[in-house]
Amino acid sequence: MASVGDGGGEGLSEAPTQRDRDALERSAERADSKRGLLVALPAYAYLALFFAIPFAIVFVYSFATRSRTGRTVLEDWNFDSYARLGDPIVREIALRSLTLAVITTVICLLASYPFAYYIATRRPAIRNLLLVLVMIPFWSNFLVRTYAWRVLLGNSGPISQISQFFGGEEVRVLFTNTAVLIGLVYGYLPFMVLPLYAALERMDWNLVEAARDLYASGWTAFRRITLPLSMPGVVAGSILVFIPSLGAYVTPALLGGARTTLLGDYIVGQFLSARNWPYGSALSVTVMVVMLIAAIAYFRAGAKTA
Amino acid sequence: MKSSSLRRLAAFAAVSLVVAACGGGDDAADGGDVTCEAGVTDADTLNFYNWSEYIDPDLIAAFEEESGVDVVESFYESNEAMLAQIQAGVTYDLIVPSDYMVGIMIEEGLLMPIQKDAVPNISNLASEFASPAYDEGGEYSVAYQWGTTGLGVNLSIVGEDFAPSWSLIFDPELTAGYAGGVSVLDDPRETMGAALKYLGYSLNEASTDALQEAADLIAAAKDNIATFDSDQYDEALVTGEVAVSHGYSGNMLVAIWESDDPDNYAYVIPEEGGTLWVDNMTIPTDSEAPCTAHAFIDFLLDAENGAALTNWNYYASPNEAAEEFILPEILEDETIYPSDELRDRLEIIADTGDFEINFEDYFAQAKN
Amino acid sequence: MTVSAAIRPKSPIERLLASNSWLVFAFLYLPILLLIGFSFNENRNVGIWTGFSTRWYGEMFQNTEVMRALRNTLIVAVVSTVVSTILGTMAAIAMERFRFRGRGTLDGLLYLPIIIPDVTMAVMMLLFFAQAFDLIGGFFRLNFGLGTIALSHIAFNISFVAVVVRARLSRLDGALEEAAADLYADRWQAFRRVTLPLIMPGVAGGALLALTLSLDDVVVTSFVSGPGSTTLPVYVFGLVRRGVTPLINAVSTVMLVASMLLVGVSLLFQRGNRPPDQEE
Repeated sequence: MASVGDGGGEGLSEAPTQRDRDALERSAERADSKRGLLVALPAYAYLALFFAIPFAIVFVYSFATRSRTGRTVLEDWNFDSYARLGDPIVREIALRSLTLAVITTVICLLASYPFAYYIATRRPAIRNLLLVLVMIPFWSNFLVRTYAWRVLLGNSGPISQISQFFGGEEVRVLFTNTAVLIGLVYGYLPFMVLPLYAALERMDWNLVEAARDLYASGWTAFRRITLPLSMPGVVAGSILVFIPSLGAYVTPALLGGARTTLLGDYIVGQFLSARNWPYGSALSVTVMVVMLIAAIAYFRAGAKTA
Repeated sequence: MKSSSLRRLAAFAAVSLVVAACGGGDDAADGGDVTCEAGVTDADTLNFYNWSEYIDPDLIAAFEEESGVDVVESFYESNEAMLAQIQAGVTYDLIVPSDYMVGIMIEEGLLMPIQKDAVPNISNLASEFASPAYDEGGEYSVAYQWGTTGLGVNLSIVGEDFAPSWSLIFDPELTAGYAGGVSVLDDPRETMGAALKYLGYSLNEASTDALQEAADLIAAAKDNIATFDSDQYDEALVTGEVAVSHGYSGNMLVAIWESDDPDNYAYVIPEEGGTLWVDNMTIPTDSEAPCTAHAFIDFLLDAENGAALTNWNYYASPNEAAEEFILPEILEDETIYPSDELRDRLEIIADTGDFEINFEDYFAQAKN
Repeated sequence: MTVSAAIRPKSPIERLLASNSWLVFAFLYLPILLLIGFSFNENRNVGIWTGFSTRWYGEMFQNTEVMRALRNTLIVAVVSTVVSTILGTMAAIAMERFRFRGRGTLDGLLYLPIIIPDVTMAVMMLLFFAQAFDLIGGFFRLNFGLGTIALSHIAFNISFVAVVVRARLSRLDGALEEAAADLYADRWQAFRRVTLPLIMPGVAGGALLALTLSLDDVVVTSFVSGPGSTTLPVYVFGLVRRGVTPLINAVSTVMLVASMLLVGVSLLFQRGNRPPDQEE
């Protein structure tokens, strides 16, 4: 079978005409396209059925009305729920969540990059072991882990005891923004480490060696070669951390005391306490659209630098 | 996106719209036409959907042995989460909604009438629970446990001499002096309700001005509110994390009595009044084992079993006949069984219909 | 192709990186050690240590609710991981190696489960299944339960697997596969003998991610579960109301140890299969 895509036609015994070559290429592409569709079909069909349709239902709900008892009534279609998105409170909540997500992502990146770099530069056998060691804590239960942080950061926890030992006051990190950041960074660290590791591990270190041979310093080699080549990993990791932290609400509630309203909590509140599903749906759809656009833009930008 | 794919997605959406609009009608009440007799079961399994940690496992085991029925327990954390499942058509045989939720579910036609003949022990219920405001005539619900929402206080921080009042959490001048701050329920109706009572309004005050006042009060008190928490409020108190904790009577009392130093803590019901809540046993209309459900309700209404419930979760029992078997220290505890005079100042939360979303909105504003 | 070109061994940078990594590991494992430690706490209150005891491990095996939840969790996790890994890998290959109509839509569709807020996904799956059962449930006696949970988990896991495998695939140039084609291998053989082994780390990584996400999911699961299909994370979420007792710590510790053993075994197995001096 001819190899795909790139200037086929080599190796045929008789001199083919250009038309023959084009026809061959087109039919190869069609066959390829059909095969591609076949390979993609299971996932495509599954997501169309079990994701696109459910999402369409939520989309439809965002235009519905709330009955007196809190049931969603599929009549009196309106834009009221979307109109509420202009409220100042929504903007404040969104901004607050955004800031938290950005800071979490940056801290994760700064902590993970040297870490992933270290792992990627070990011997193969050690690399696997280290990666597994990174994942293991996350096979315990998320709530129990977060709860452990609650104990650690509480006013009778180890941190507080150490500070008191040194003559300081009872320190309580719990219920502060710091505690929330610690919890979020802790929770999403693997999501940053894994893509970074994947990008770094697959790198062609010969390039770095060549740079060193050309008398570049370690730092310059890093900045000019390693960093740009690992960009796809940085981008992927950032997205995988930023997005969940934007909607996070369990960790902020447990460790931050739920003293401020974040986006995730606000949306949950609409579906549960307020039983206002149209508004909750409108919020969800908007958040998703915005994040989708941002993610695609970010991804494209990252891909360009690779 | 390619236009053909876009068209396909639009088609999906349109189909869903049609489907969603058509599928809105409720199923006809499946078990509604069945007549149940006392103690007779009609299935091998009972799907029991209840709050977590609300029933002694031994009691379940006892019922299973007595009736030969396998009780499958599932748990929910909020009335609304339970409602979402019921409305989606998940079939359970027995659920335990709170007062205001019973009213909502009756209106939505989600509950099956209780056949009193199949529940002879219903005569054990104290008379005031026979016909509650949220269910006239007690047609659809049978009271399960009731309790109050109040404040757990750390006496060594707050002192022994304090006014049992919502000021313990809402007065910034008071709370500023409490090491660790205070914990407040993360529930719009409960916390806004507490603020409303403190300000002299009713729990169910459906006025945006009143809610605004309440929201402002909470916002002003926020500096010393360490956390809004509906789950670990009891633990936060007995581990010394906070000085005062807003929460439900049973959980709070269990935590206090099982702590290292029970005398150091106290649970109080504020003098301005607060919430009285009642959880109820109800049977969803599409239950497939209604008679078994009736049998289970009857079982729980038995005097000794009713007492076992209370002796385990420290909430008050609506079962008059059970009082004989309830531990005396529980019966005598005025915070579990408030005096009549205090009872008068307590209110039951009621759904405010179209106004309801305002509680969540103003609460979000206060927390913002 | 060694990596020692990147950093000179024993240089200050190397030592800095090493110590940074130790710090990160310490950070990662601190709560875990606490978690395991408190599973031996005599006191039912997790925050206050009163003595050593193994009673919670005993209680765990006698607690039918916990055991049932554990069983449910494992069933759902395994099923959803296997299915989503297969579907996700196929999607990744299709996206990276083929051009076909609808590729753009699939691209967008694959992004959505990653960016959707938990509660939105939970609500939409609930509504979807409610409608679906309304329409066809009568024929098949379908109900909410482990099936709906697994289906929902697969829905979001496909995307995560695809992302990881795509990342891996995109870094491989097609040269090796072309070489295989030049050697007269057909598409399928080229895939099986060349592509698949090369992307295996990505597939494994994706599978691990899917497993982790499924094991920990609370919000989506709690909305679409039915009678008797409570999973462990949902059960724990419920217990939080009453304070986490060391019982849950004990369960977590057992799960941790079990997964460590599982991974240890599979690593040994892998090493047995591969010749010792072959690089990754």
